[in-house]
Amino acid sequence: MANKEQLRKKREQLIEENGVIFLDNVSKAYSTGSPALNNISLSIGRGEFVFIVGETGSGKSTLIKLLLRELTATSGSVYVMGHDLARLKRKQVPKFRRNIGVVFQDFRLLNNRNVYENVAFAQRIVETPNAEIRRNVPTILATVGLAGKYKAKTNQLSGGEQQRVALARALINNPAILLADEPTGNLDPKTSWEIMRLLEEINESGTTVVVVTHSREIVNAMHKRVVTMKKGVIVSDEEGGEYIDED
Amino acid sequence: MKISTLLYTIKQGFANIFRNKWYSLASVATISACLFLFGVFYSLVANFRSIVMRVEEGVALTVFFHYEEGPIGDKCESHTPDQIPTDERLEEIGQMIAKRPEVSKVVFVSDEQAWKDFSKPYGEEYADVFPENPLAGENNYEVYLNDVSMQSALVTWLESIPEVRVVRYSALTADTLSGANLLIAYVSLGIIVILLAVSIFLISNTVAIGISVRSAEINIMKYIGATDFFVRAPFVLEGMIIGLIGAVIPLGLIYSLYEYALEYINGRFTNLSRFFSFLPLEEIFHVLTPVSILVGVGIGFLGSVTTVRKHLRV
Repeated sequence: MANKEQLRKKREQLIEENGVIFLDNVSKAYSTGSPALNNISLSIGRGEFVFIVGETGSGKSTLIKLLLRELTATSGSVYVMGHDLARLKRKQVPKFRRNIGVVFQDFRLLNNRNVYENVAFAQRIVETPNAEIRRNVPTILATVGLAGKYKAKTNQLSGGEQQRVALARALINNPAILLADEPTGNLDPKTSWEIMRLLEEINESGTTVVVVTHSREIVNAMHKRVVTMKKGVIVSDEEGGEYIDED
Repeated sequence: MKISTLLYTIKQGFANIFRNKWYSLASVATISACLFLFGVFYSLVANFRSIVMRVEEGVALTVFFHYEEGPIGDKCESHTPDQIPTDERLEEIGQMIAKRPEVSKVVFVSDEQAWKDFSKPYGEEYADVFPENPLAGENNYEVYLNDVSMQSALVTWLESIPEVRVVRYSALTADTLSGANLLIAYVSLGIIVILLAVSIFLISNTVAIGISVRSAEINIMKYIGATDFFVRAPFVLEGMIIGLIGAVIPLGLIYSLYEYALEYINGRFTNLSRFFSFLPLEEIFHVLTPVSILVGVGIGFLGSVTTVRKHLRV
């Protein structure tokens, strides 16, 4: 018990010192080809809103996979919420991921279940009592603007609505970090802005938000921290920055 | 784990069957087809074996003993006086034979009974021609076997008993029957192994394909933070239920078909049923039911466990 408390304190200290996300000289090489990430360092503090931008093949997806502990770094250290991901055992990964909400370009909803079940699923995983799930799901659905759609099948929803369901699912367990991988990639401009405003609201409530995107318009209009990647390295990292076209 | 989580995973296992009804239907159909073929073949082999065994049960060898000079002057082959068995010794030998594992039944036939049985077909006048029993001293044991392949070993043993004069038997019948028995055993074993292997391959492939098309679903669950157990349990339960349904359907079909076949053959081919009777339904299903259910549920379980494991590494 004392050991667990010590670990928790150590993690808190790491977060205070280095942020909720901390990459220290991280490289990732696949078995073939040049390294996807080459000696990158990055620190993201609690409650920040950060855009990660870059061309296809710049290493953004690899970075997200490292943060989700889908991959492990070839060298260097990756810390998320004070966890050294290289030391995390396979068995500990599910519990670790519950700290992170994640949304994808293709929404990744359970298509054979309705909206309510998709969102409730995230709570069932953490063994939330049924009565609490019944209270929480309508509340979060109302927050993302889907109060009346809880019975709908996901394939009956528009792209924007599906992304809102994904957001609701990502947020229902109050994660410290929200990773959004191209969240507007499949949406029209109007819906994209609605989703971005939602992400901003989520950030304002204290959640650290990391958005990987290609959308120059959105990045330039929102004036947030922008980390630009190219060929596996971070080429710029600016507060209130813009989408820099390196070409 | 909380009871509500356990109940949820069980509920999901059942719900998955209906959510993925086409996959469930295809899996059940594959399992049913495989186990139906297996069941039909097993029923045929079991009946064939039982017929051969019944024929075997009818095979008997006869043990004759030394005796003093017969009433019509026949002289028994040379023997010493102590080789002539007393009534007690004859009974003792009978008990010894009955205790042998390859022996199913021993019947004592006295010399009087032997003559009566012999002369019966020729009528009383024929028997009257002989004032004395021509078979006097030919007391014998009819020994029935439960395994004809052991006949020669039994004959060797019987011939080693000092009181035994001669053992009459048909080596050809025993050899033919035990050869047929061996052939059936090998052929049926071979076909059953092939059928089972094909069934296992087809069923596990169907289960694997069904799960693979839902690998995205497994990925999503893992990204959200579901444990391996939470992801796997409903799939495994689903696989086992599909396996169970896939086993019960052919069992029901074979039950009805077998019952109908028995009625048809017994009604239409009465002569056939005089020579041999088919195994009762209970005897066939005593083996077929647990084997089919074990194969169906077992493959459903193993197939889903191994396939889900492949997709859990996210």
